[in-house]
Amino acid sequence: MALLEINSLSKRFGGLLAVNDVSFQVEPGQIKAVIGPNGAGKTTLFNMISGTFPATSGTANFQGCALKRKKPFQVAGLGMARTYQNIKMFSGMTALENVMVGRHVQSNAGFMASMFRMPWTWKEERDIRDKSLELLALLEIEEHAHTDAESLAFGQQRAVELARALALEPSLLLLDEPAAGLNIYETAEVGRLITKIRDLGITVLLVEHDMSLVMDISDEIVVLCFGEKIAEDTPKNIQQDPEVIKIYLGEE
Amino acid sequence: MKKLLSVLPLLTVVIGIHLLTSATDTMYYLTQMTMSAYYALLIIGLCVLMGYAGQISLGHAGFFAIGGYLSAALTTHSLIPYQDTAIVSFLDSAGILLAGHDLYGEALLVVSPWIACLVAVCTAAIIAVIIGIPVLKLKGHYLAMATLGFGIIIYRVALALEYFGEADGISEVPAFVLFTGLSVSGNLGDRVQNYYIAWGLLLIGMVLLLNLIDSRVGRALRGIHGSDEAANAMGVNTSRFKLQTFVLSAVFAAVAGVFLTHYNGGIGPSEAGVMKSVRYVAIVAVGGMAHLWGALLMGIILNFLSLRGVFGSYDDAVFGLILIVIMLFAPNGILSLNIRHRLKQYFRRGKEDREGGA
Repeated sequence: MALLEINSLSKRFGGLLAVNDVSFQVEPGQIKAVIGPNGAGKTTLFNMISGTFPATSGTANFQGCALKRKKPFQVAGLGMARTYQNIKMFSGMTALENVMVGRHVQSNAGFMASMFRMPWTWKEERDIRDKSLELLALLEIEEHAHTDAESLAFGQQRAVELARALALEPSLLLLDEPAAGLNIYETAEVGRLITKIRDLGITVLLVEHDMSLVMDISDEIVVLCFGEKIAEDTPKNIQQDPEVIKIYLGEE
Repeated sequence: MKKLLSVLPLLTVVIGIHLLTSATDTMYYLTQMTMSAYYALLIIGLCVLMGYAGQISLGHAGFFAIGGYLSAALTTHSLIPYQDTAIVSFLDSAGILLAGHDLYGEALLVVSPWIACLVAVCTAAIIAVIIGIPVLKLKGHYLAMATLGFGIIIYRVALALEYFGEADGISEVPAFVLFTGLSVSGNLGDRVQNYYIAWGLLLIGMVLLLNLIDSRVGRALRGIHGSDEAANAMGVNTSRFKLQTFVLSAVFAAVAGVFLTHYNGGIGPSEAGVMKSVRYVAIVAVGGMAHLWGALLMGIILNFLSLRGVFGSYDDAVFGLILIVIMLFAPNGILSLNIRHRLKQYFRRGKEDREGGA
């Protein structure tokens, strides 16, 4: 069974049909990419899946559970984590604290338990910290654990954001343009990290502009254009698809 | 445990102030120190809401007033005229009512302070839930205006209702006997014990809030402040956490209101005024927003000066001025101007430059 099933998903903003009848599936363990020119509806698609806003029509099922009318925090609770194109760090918090927020769904302490520092929360706090440090190490930024996250270099902030998303222990990771704003070295680095994440058994669905990154790491690619799906195939076949070439390079 | 230790120096200062005033025969300062402690209790609660969860409230004097007024009215207005009604006789048999005599020797039947306190604080919490659910959907200026509206309503209600004494407020509020031998009251003989009750309450509140901000919940709140959307995507039920923080800060305000009212022996509509809410916000800002110790320190110092009458008739104007100056020159609070810290940073930066250059 597919991990994520998207069936005829559409989104209308006033007169604009941003996403039009898009369907595809994400199989467990793969890296799947959604590409397309600016305004193709890629981020809109992501926002519908992660619950930022509801779809106009169509359905999305995650691990057999309908995502309809689920809020982002509920979707996160089901095991789907995401990152943002323009990194959304928690300002005023260190890299480590940012990742520790990601452990939220894996821990329980509420207001009363936290205020009175119940003994059972001590171990939970320790686990949150240990696991978060582990993830920073996995993403090779543990030396910046205690640095204010917003003062880190852009590439490092990406890594913190990835660690924060991984802290949820998601089964599906949505990455919204993970290479946006990065130079070619940092892009290659992020590509390597994404493959590393996939090798941990986490399925990855990403939206990306950077073709070299997408072609390098994806197992399958979905191509969107003006809100419609025009192709879905392996990177090799997508590169030879006349329709895709027409969109990206123009007609002869 | 660490948090308990971190308030120990403060406890030493509290005891030190007591000894100092008693040695220099200036014990009258303790009265204002007691009142300041209760205001500071409200302010640290508001600090968690504003500085950590990032939600402004210009209506917290309203919650203070709900606590103070309800506790005052319940413990002051005699129920003797209604003695024969089923409810009053039921309450009486349940041991909730206290019989006594007023200043003129007339028989009184009032609600016992513990129960009144409980009712007042719970009412404040319930109102916070009712107001908070719709209002906390708003952000920034809109939230500020909506909470301001709430504050104005409470102020007008206090002024309009005869039950709350209209423009005169409620006076002759009896002592709040916590245990035998320990009571919140303005009696001169109880001054020292009240000083310690107020500071004890403030220290307990401080420990609880310090624990809170350094926990799963505290990190989630700071996350909401940093990016509401990202916190939600990380699985934080942002609207619920905001509401819970709003209610928590309202409870702190109401408790402060109850205790200060019993200490002062009365409460008037000025306590519910919008200027009071603005003052609390200004103090949290001076303290550095996301800085509980700053809020506590400024809450004590500024309220103490204000209560001593240092600002004279310009009291509210001074707080307005403070707000402007802080926003312009020290948006991270007065403690961010800490000279030692600045020097340290300066030298550290110099060192990094040298190392970077090498």
